[in-house]
Amino acid sequence: MTPSELRVIANHIRRRDLQAVFEAGAGHIGGEMSVTDILTALYFRVLNIDPAHPDAPDRDRLVLSKGHTACALYVTLAEKGFIPKDEISTFLKPHSRLNGHPNRTKVPGVEANTGPLGHGLPIGVGMAMAAKLDKADWRTFVVTGDGEMQEGSNWEAIMAAAQFNLDNLTLIIDHNRLQQGARLADTNDVAPFAPKLEAFGWAVEEIDGHDMAAISAVLDRGAITPGKPKCIVAHTFKGKGISFMTDDVAWHHKVPSADQYKQAMRELEEAL
Amino acid sequence: MTISVPPAQLYDCRDAFVGTLEALAQTNNDIIAVCNDSVGSSKLGGFRDRWPDRLVNVGIAEQNMVGVGAGLANGGKIPFVCAASCFLTGRALEQIKADVAYTNTNVKLCGISSGMAYGELGPTHHSIEDFAWIRALPNVPVIAPADRAETIAAVKWSAQYEGPVFLRLSRVGVPDLLSEGHVFELGKANMLRDGTDLTIVANGVLTHRAMAAAQVLAERGISARVLNMATVRPIDRDAVLAAANETGAILTCEEHTVYGGLGSAVAEVVVETRPVPMKLLGVPGIFAPTGSANFLLDEFGMSPEGIAGSAAELMKKKA
Repeated sequence: MTPSELRVIANHIRRRDLQAVFEAGAGHIGGEMSVTDILTALYFRVLNIDPAHPDAPDRDRLVLSKGHTACALYVTLAEKGFIPKDEISTFLKPHSRLNGHPNRTKVPGVEANTGPLGHGLPIGVGMAMAAKLDKADWRTFVVTGDGEMQEGSNWEAIMAAAQFNLDNLTLIIDHNRLQQGARLADTNDVAPFAPKLEAFGWAVEEIDGHDMAAISAVLDRGAITPGKPKCIVAHTFKGKGISFMTDDVAWHHKVPSADQYKQAMRELEEAL
Repeated sequence: MTISVPPAQLYDCRDAFVGTLEALAQTNNDIIAVCNDSVGSSKLGGFRDRWPDRLVNVGIAEQNMVGVGAGLANGGKIPFVCAASCFLTGRALEQIKADVAYTNTNVKLCGISSGMAYGELGPTHHSIEDFAWIRALPNVPVIAPADRAETIAAVKWSAQYEGPVFLRLSRVGVPDLLSEGHVFELGKANMLRDGTDLTIVANGVLTHRAMAAAQVLAERGISARVLNMATVRPIDRDAVLAAANETGAILTCEEHTVYGGLGSAVAEVVVETRPVPMKLLGVPGIFAPTGSANFLLDEFGMSPEGIAGSAAELMKKKA
């Protein structure tokens, strides 16, 4: 799939996500807008997955460690065919399997029940080890938020991935520079990530996390660095695609008013 | 020291654990051992020598260790995640909750040197909250074998069971109680001795003390039933109800705080089905003073004489 085709899908996912959060009256829209392009590239170009066989042993694995952006994952899974598209309207409703954080035991395509931060990368390390033990060539991808990299468990996993030479593991940091209550820089400024990951023995690349061509290229199998796990620092914007949300910490989990919803939807439609 | 078993006939169940694990790993390439620098204390040296690639030592990093176990399980492996129970369950509790229990991954959590096995090293190294923590989580059977035969049986059972398991293992020497070739059944207590006056429920390193206490009681004319309750979750409701109905009083003994452990699990059944007098023996809600595991068990009233004394007191409360 070409970058321009991916951009059309990402735009559609953003609009469906916006509608779902608006209708549910809750969600994490800022971080969903920042991670949408990454998820779109993964699901529609990079991952070797089959919605008809979500448990195929040789599938690629994607763990969305920033589980609070579950709605973007649900919409992506629906677009890909893992769950019915009309099920998105049940997001956060009583007994819906689409709750605020993804549940592998209920939603096909979800690989781990994330939500508490700092869990995805250790799980990804275990997945990548399993593939190595089997000499299988399926790959593991983990998407974290940047604030999430403040969790110590991530650094335990970063050490282990390098120690075990897991070049089949890719960590994508959605680096939107904002965490729940403030900017990273004003909280616990774990950035810059590249020199830290390099010091821990990883191969690191920095990209514009909204540039589909760049995302696609860097996640290509040919971009693997033998013997080293790969970290992609994806520079993104919280609230990307919606002017009044972009790079504004207030939109971590704020819900748009009816007027804001109309404006946001109009901006996304005009961007097509 | 009030235990009458000669030291030569006491066995460290870690040997039964790793012996069984290695025997299973011999025929099943998917069995992986994961540990936190605990190759020695988990007795995994032999496993490492035989299958270096299948011994995943993540270093001193328990949160990552449990997450790695969950990931290995996602990839089709059967990881036995081994660490001192205090660090496995305490440090990585959220990983156990989310990555193992909630995601329902096929991870075997092996809490080594549980309870007060680390005795003199103090309360930081005691794991006397793990029954309470883990049995509060859905999906995870909680199992504390009492001797070699039961350890072997529980490890075999865990390997073939599809889903998470918490095996609570000890290094404190125990005598043989169950017959060789014992077959483990989840949620089934073993009546090691029948009796009519009261029931003593125990597991792990307490079961042989309960048996010794029943002998002391017999010499005083009190007939005690002894239930070895290896499975704390799901608890054997039928065995508890039968004990309440048939003996009218229940005494529980555990190497665990009395808040939320085996005694609590038994009491939850008793209060909802057939209320009878109960006494819960265990660590009485304090950080233990300095001492070996066996010293501390005696100190907390769980020598055979101590248990027998509590049983006699409990008898007075029977209607």
